[in-house]
Amino acid sequence: MIVAIASGKGGTGKTTVAANLALVASMQGRAVSYLDCDVEEPNGHVFLKPEMYLTEPVSVPVPVVDDDKCTACGRCSEICRYSAIVLLAKTVLTFPNLCHGCGGCSMVCPSGAITESGREIGVVEEGARGQIRFVHGRLTIGEAMAPPLIRAVKKRVRPDDLTIIDSPPGTSCPVIQSVKGSDYVVLVTEPTPFGLNDLSLAVDMLRVLNLRFGVVVNRADIGDDAVFDYCAKQSIEVLAQIPHDRRVAETYSRGLLAAQELPEYAEVFRTILERCC
Amino acid sequence: MRVAVTAKEASVDGPVDPRFGRARYLLVVDTETGETDVHDNEVNLNAAQGAGIQTAGNLAQLNVSAVITGHAGPNAFRALSASGIAVYTGAEGTVAEAVESFNNGKLVEAKSADVEGHWL
Repeated sequence: MIVAIASGKGGTGKTTVAANLALVASMQGRAVSYLDCDVEEPNGHVFLKPEMYLTEPVSVPVPVVDDDKCTACGRCSEICRYSAIVLLAKTVLTFPNLCHGCGGCSMVCPSGAITESGREIGVVEEGARGQIRFVHGRLTIGEAMAPPLIRAVKKRVRPDDLTIIDSPPGTSCPVIQSVKGSDYVVLVTEPTPFGLNDLSLAVDMLRVLNLRFGVVVNRADIGDDAVFDYCAKQSIEVLAQIPHDRRVAETYSRGLLAAQELPEYAEVFRTILERCC
Repeated sequence: MRVAVTAKEASVDGPVDPRFGRARYLLVVDTETGETDVHDNEVNLNAAQGAGIQTAGNLAQLNVSAVITGHAGPNAFRALSASGIAVYTGAEGTVAEAVESFNNGKLVEAKSADVEGHWL
């Protein structure tokens, strides 16, 4: 079972929910893997504090053009959707930082002028905290190519584990890569106009992807009722409401988990887990 | 000499578009005759990435010797250089005024990109 924690808006509490869900599941004796797919700024390790035992560099294949073999036919340039390989004035130029590593250019090259070399974009690290297996990706600073690294993190999904995926915010490629293949998606939001706007974008995305989902409203006693009205109108299940509680914020700011420090919150996260599994 | 100018409107009386890759229009001006062709660049305006490279590719097809714009990033600059197109950045005012400055030698040819990628 794979449960992804996502949100349209950033800073709504994805990591708080994801890390606490992993903790309560492991306290129930379940085999749990926590995969931090927010590779641009992973922070699950701050709360779960795993001991790492493995680091693996991740590369994407990028084209290398042999100018002696190249006939300047331009087929590589035509197939590349990302302008990573372009025919300009009879020369082929490559832009490795734009390359998604699909390999299309070397496939269509009729003269065998294109070979591939690896370009490192980041690392995957694996570790454990107690019974929780922990995996995250760290994208190299300045690098824009998150999806191939997220794929490498997700290769470490164990089919028999309960896998909790901490997704990046938003609705773009890295998010889709993170939530794809999940059995259930928990959307974390807050009851504010920003929260609602970005929640509705995330809902639209999940409907296109045809994934099951529910909503957790964090800091539920601030803002207004518009998020609740929206969920009711759209027949979206509100899995839980987490109050705007200073003690939760203090726990977070110390890098601790509410489910461990504040027993009444363990119950909230168990409820979320029950409703989505 | 055929010179391209990045433009916000499809007219030489409209303002120069300071963005190279995501310029709304490309105006190709013949500096001797003043004859102008308008090329729509909306496809690249909305490109997910590589707008500067694609726009440079279009200019290479249009057979221009130089481009006048506001700024050019590193990928755009590399693609323009490879295509043998001289780059003049820092242009302001209307397209007609920018061409006049160019003709009077008031614009300086850029030797490298003047901004990082995705500065806007």
